Amino acid sequence: MKKFKIPHKFQFTNLITLYAQWIREGRLKVNSDWNKDLKIKFTVQDPCNLVRKTWRQEMADDLRFVVKTIVGEENFIDMVPSGINNYCCGGGGGALQAGYTEQRRAYGKVKFDQIMETGAQYVLAPCHNCHSQIEDIGHHYGGKYHVAHIWTFMCLALGVLGENERKYLGDDLKDFGL
Amino acid sequence: MSLPIELNEMTPDFKESVKEKVPTANFDLCLTCGTCTAGCPASELFDMDPRKLVRMLVLGMDEEVLKTPWAWVCTMCTRCVNACPMKVDIPKLVYNMRNSWPRDKRPKGIRGSCDQHIRAGNAMGVPTDDFIWTVEDVAEEIRESQPQFEDLLVTVDRKGAYMAVNQNSREPVTEPEELGPLWKILHTVKADWTYPSVMWAGENYCLFLADDEGWRYILEEFVSHIDNTLKCPLVVNTE
Repeated sequence: MKKFKIPHKFQFTNLITLYAQWIREGRLKVNSDWNKDLKIKFTVQDPCNLVRKTWRQEMADDLRFVVKTIVGEENFIDMVPSGINNYCCGGGGGALQAGYTEQRRAYGKVKFDQIMETGAQYVLAPCHNCHSQIEDIGHHYGGKYHVAHIWTFMCLALGVLGENERKYLGDDLKDFGL
Repeated sequence: MSLPIELNEMTPDFKESVKEKVPTANFDLCLTCGTCTAGCPASELFDMDPRKLVRMLVLGMDEEVLKTPWAWVCTMCTRCVNACPMKVDIPKLVYNMRNSWPRDKRPKGIRGSCDQHIRAGNAMGVPTDDFIWTVEDVAEEIRESQPQFEDLLVTVDRKGAYMAVNQNSREPVTEPEELGPLWKILHTVKADWTYPSVMWAGENYCLFLADDEGWRYILEEFVSHIDNTLKCPLVVNTE
């Protein structure tokens, strides 16, 4: 809207910002108790569009605050580098639809290595392109990690995740809390 | 044998045309330090890297710059310009390289998604009625099967709602069961929200296609619907 100078009356925000705000305000009463004994390890992808290109470090900080709240600080392992210096997953800019599959996967090898280095069992990817690309490079390079949306673990932690809402969970969590 | 580049035979026309559109692109300030290339996962793909691309642009190697498919493997992630000491705007160069390709020669997959979005309001090309049907169907199933959400409210085009939420169209279309968790969170915090029916999807393939006209059209339709019809003071993107 800025690019084309289109005037608008509404404010624009992102779901991650709201999650963080709702947790801070006490409206979203969620914690990491579910993972206290399981100790499942998580990392998070900073989507370029959300972090580097739009809301910068503030978004990276909110994203970590939200994820640590729901999985436990001790179960969160960051990628290096991350935040505004994070590597793109390689699925952005239309790359998933551009038809250059071999090059897209070569690009994604950087991200794959970063994820493997964390040792995390789950990668939370709050962007559908990142989600698809990180799954694809995981399959391609033989990674064992799962890729999931944040809302899946938010609901798991709240104890309200339905049986049919677990497509991206591993067998370890298919029945958890049901 | 390699031949030396004859500089006086080169005219950097493309560089000048991009500079007109992006006056702050700073191509001539490049120090050739290679910070961009060292931190770019697309370096070496198609025998290209960001530093080399800027050199070729400045030298006026327009033909090579305009035909390299590297324009479509760079993801315009902006990691290069973020680190660049001279703020050389390589992503905007790549955008304009894409824009210089004849529209029918740009990648079919991206073009198709952009065309669908212009036509149907989402890159999957799903009719609005199908989107509304899916949303209502999934919501009804949750209300019936999960007693704590028996009063779950999910609406499309509810005028005066505080938040308009847009979402990647792959979620309602290919994985509708992924809608429920988001709705439950919104319900838990008592959010006053609705989906818009016009340009309801969160993705933007016309940006990736470098189709200025399509991109602008989608935004104008969306803004008009939110501001004039729904009058929501807040728009929330889920990604």
